[in-house]
Amino acid sequence: MKQVAALVSTYSSDEFGICSALYELGGMVVMHDASGCNSTYTTHDEPRWYDMDSMIYISAISEMEAIMGDDEKLIRDVTETALELKPEFIALVGAPIPYMIGTDFAAVADIIEQNTGIACFGFEANGMQHYTRGVSMALEAVVSRFAVKGKTESTSGSSASAQEEAGRRKTVVNIIGATPLDFSLNGSMDSIKQWLSENGFEPGASIAMGCSLSDVAQAGEADLNLVVSYGGLAAARLLEKRFGTPYAVGIPMGTAFSEHLAGRLREAAAQHRSLTGYMDVSASGGIWIAAAGESVYQASLAAAAAMEQGISIRVLCPLDTDESLMRPGDMITPEEDDIMEAVRQNGCAGFIADPMYRPLCPDDVEFYELPHEAFSGRIYDSVNPNLINRPLAESFNDFRK
Amino acid sequence: MLRRLSHRKSDQETVCGCMAGGAEQCTETGDGDSVIAISEAHFPAPFKEGLEYSSPARGIWNIVHTGMLIPESHQIFVCAEGCLRGVVLTAVEMNRMGRYSAIEVREQNVLTGGMEELMIDGVADVLGKLPYRPRAVLIFINCQHFFLAYDQDFVFDSLKKRFPDIDFVDCYMIPTLRKSGITPDQKMRMQMYELIRPQPFCENLINIIGTNRKVFADSEIYSIAESGGRQIVQIHDCSTYDEYQNMACAPLNIFVEPLAKNSAERLKERLGQQYMYLPTVFGYDRLDENYRKLAEYCGVKAPDTAPLRGEADAALDEAAELIGDTPIAVDYSFTFEILSFTRLLIEHGFNVREIYADGFAAEEEEDFRWLKENHPDILLSSCVRPQKRFADRHRDRKYLALGQKAAYFTGTDYFVNVVEGAGDEGLYYGYKGIVRIAELMREAFETPKDMKKLVQRKGRGCESLV
Repeated sequence: MKQVAALVSTYSSDEFGICSALYELGGMVVMHDASGCNSTYTTHDEPRWYDMDSMIYISAISEMEAIMGDDEKLIRDVTETALELKPEFIALVGAPIPYMIGTDFAAVADIIEQNTGIACFGFEANGMQHYTRGVSMALEAVVSRFAVKGKTESTSGSSASAQEEAGRRKTVVNIIGATPLDFSLNGSMDSIKQWLSENGFEPGASIAMGCSLSDVAQAGEADLNLVVSYGGLAAARLLEKRFGTPYAVGIPMGTAFSEHLAGRLREAAAQHRSLTGYMDVSASGGIWIAAAGESVYQASLAAAAAMEQGISIRVLCPLDTDESLMRPGDMITPEEDDIMEAVRQNGCAGFIADPMYRPLCPDDVEFYELPHEAFSGRIYDSVNPNLINRPLAESFNDFRK
Repeated sequence: MLRRLSHRKSDQETVCGCMAGGAEQCTETGDGDSVIAISEAHFPAPFKEGLEYSSPARGIWNIVHTGMLIPESHQIFVCAEGCLRGVVLTAVEMNRMGRYSAIEVREQNVLTGGMEELMIDGVADVLGKLPYRPRAVLIFINCQHFFLAYDQDFVFDSLKKRFPDIDFVDCYMIPTLRKSGITPDQKMRMQMYELIRPQPFCENLINIIGTNRKVFADSEIYSIAESGGRQIVQIHDCSTYDEYQNMACAPLNIFVEPLAKNSAERLKERLGQQYMYLPTVFGYDRLDENYRKLAEYCGVKAPDTAPLRGEADAALDEAAELIGDTPIAVDYSFTFEILSFTRLLIEHGFNVREIYADGFAAEEEEDFRWLKENHPDILLSSCVRPQKRFADRHRDRKYLALGQKAAYFTGTDYFVNVVEGAGDEGLYYGYKGIVRIAELMREAFETPKDMKKLVQRKGRGCESLV
């Protein structure tokens, strides 16, 4: 039945996706919630909480404030705290109760911005969407607001000297869509940067892990954007529209696909054309393995398995995604029942997913554990593998066995 | 606009319905920012209300932990994804995922209704998929249901008809009510006994109700009851649903935490069980009064507590000699009457310097005034004010902390890992409890712990996969 999770976990929601995306940017994020959102996010979805300060708060809305629609208290409390703590920006984040009572976050944000002189966003989250949507709306918003400057004259001009300098200069590549919800804190981001460097690129901003607001502000100056999750796609498209910066989608997993993806990046930069880096990779055969999770992550894994081991993987995506990110044969599976049905299809010989999905795996189908922070939270942090630019057989599994 | 009395004025927090437009502000909230000397502090809420920070100290139980105490039961939460996230991972981390399921409320349910159908069909779907048949199902609704005006009676009546072999009880995840009316913690302590059906009384039984942790085995409560031929029963003793049902046989319910008062009242109304409040306190006279009441009920002479007092004093003195003038920090999660406990420590020569709490129960007012008058330089620190995100968690000298939040905020690995009055052995109640806490203080002073790891585990005393 739709909307029922009898046996498995629940994905992180839009509020937490926003918090995760904005965590390192120096802003003050306020979830307009009674209680619980803050401790849930900081306990299960935010592995940086203990060691890295960030201003994530709740408004502590009460029953009577909800019933009476007391926005004044929210405005007063946020204004007072912002004036004292002086964040780089303020983000108000909706939750189920503000959704029920119709809080006008855009208007509240406008008032707070006028009161404080600090940029203020009002995010219409409601706790009823996936984290992927939250990451997407947060990254698009900060890029839209702060990345207003494109390439400098010296690098984008048409004069001979400018072209000469551009030729000498390495291609600067931003990474967009990175949060611990998809990448945990297992060194994946450092590995992606290293892979970029090894392939002759210059890593730009890593939005938004290992990233400051000034890095975001310079995002428009890069030559290319590497989209590593659905959450980064809207921001990349915005940068393309605003500055003409092309993007490539994919995560450099395994060795063969990492090499392939580097080539696709060069192609995107040279041809000034956005592309999905794994779309031209596939493996044939009647037997296949299902992989449930975030679409870019699992499709990149599929490409790595296809190139390295000749294994065909079909992505089961229970989260928000985009048509351009899904390959032929991949499936949108929003419900527990959808996944249960998919892994029972003829030819499905294996199931790659977070360990919390194991109850859905039939006995005659091999289950491969691949922890996903956005599903099981922190409990597998110590065993969550870094798959970036290394042989799959070493970092994860040899599916040929 | 409504203005409210601050939270934690008492266990039953009050809403003041003054309307805007000339109404006086009915606030008793203090104006401290995040740290204030107790001499300057207001009772019961020393700090401003406003945005709230959440520290990583996670040992306090939540409604999932508490609900799991009912044997052979299954929990089904009917909430938005964001609300489900915290509860499902509580169940996961305590290794009880097999007793948890969810029905996700989505936008269309808010916009077009159909909540009753979703819940009835959803529960049926869950029960059809489970590999076992629960004896009872706890169905948790959330704040949204209160705005949807759904027909709760219809849902539960339908489920009871459809599944006559299963008991259903309504439970609540309603954080909007944490500052008004019956709080979620209080409500959970009521609902966890709501499934118990009436039975004939057995005069020799006494329940202790409403505690997340079992009262530890050395407590004088047991010996006093036993001397009167009574047997103490707690939900933690029940390994089957039938044993849980047998809690109806006790003619008396004792509760030792203020949060269980509504529960005791409800059981009296429903099952005719009398109740007795024997608060978890640290003042010797108040403890004696508890034991006098219990002894009277059991028909025995009140115990001579002089030897017990002597034991507690000796244990505290021994700890004080070892710990000396090492500064001590305590927090509200350590026990329910933290000021009573602080006073006990100070009266035995300990150097308590910091108290972490955002409010106090009404019963603590006398201890608050005593501390204010006699030790005005003790610092009160908020645990939730926004500034606490950037609080200096380093101390120049060794600190001993009592409680996880005090340990976190003072950055010390020398701490007593007790939450809600309970450590490894259960709830430390009575003189023997004081003796055990004094021993734990000595151990904590001499042997550092992995504070970062321990405080981040949820539900102290539960299994933890973290």
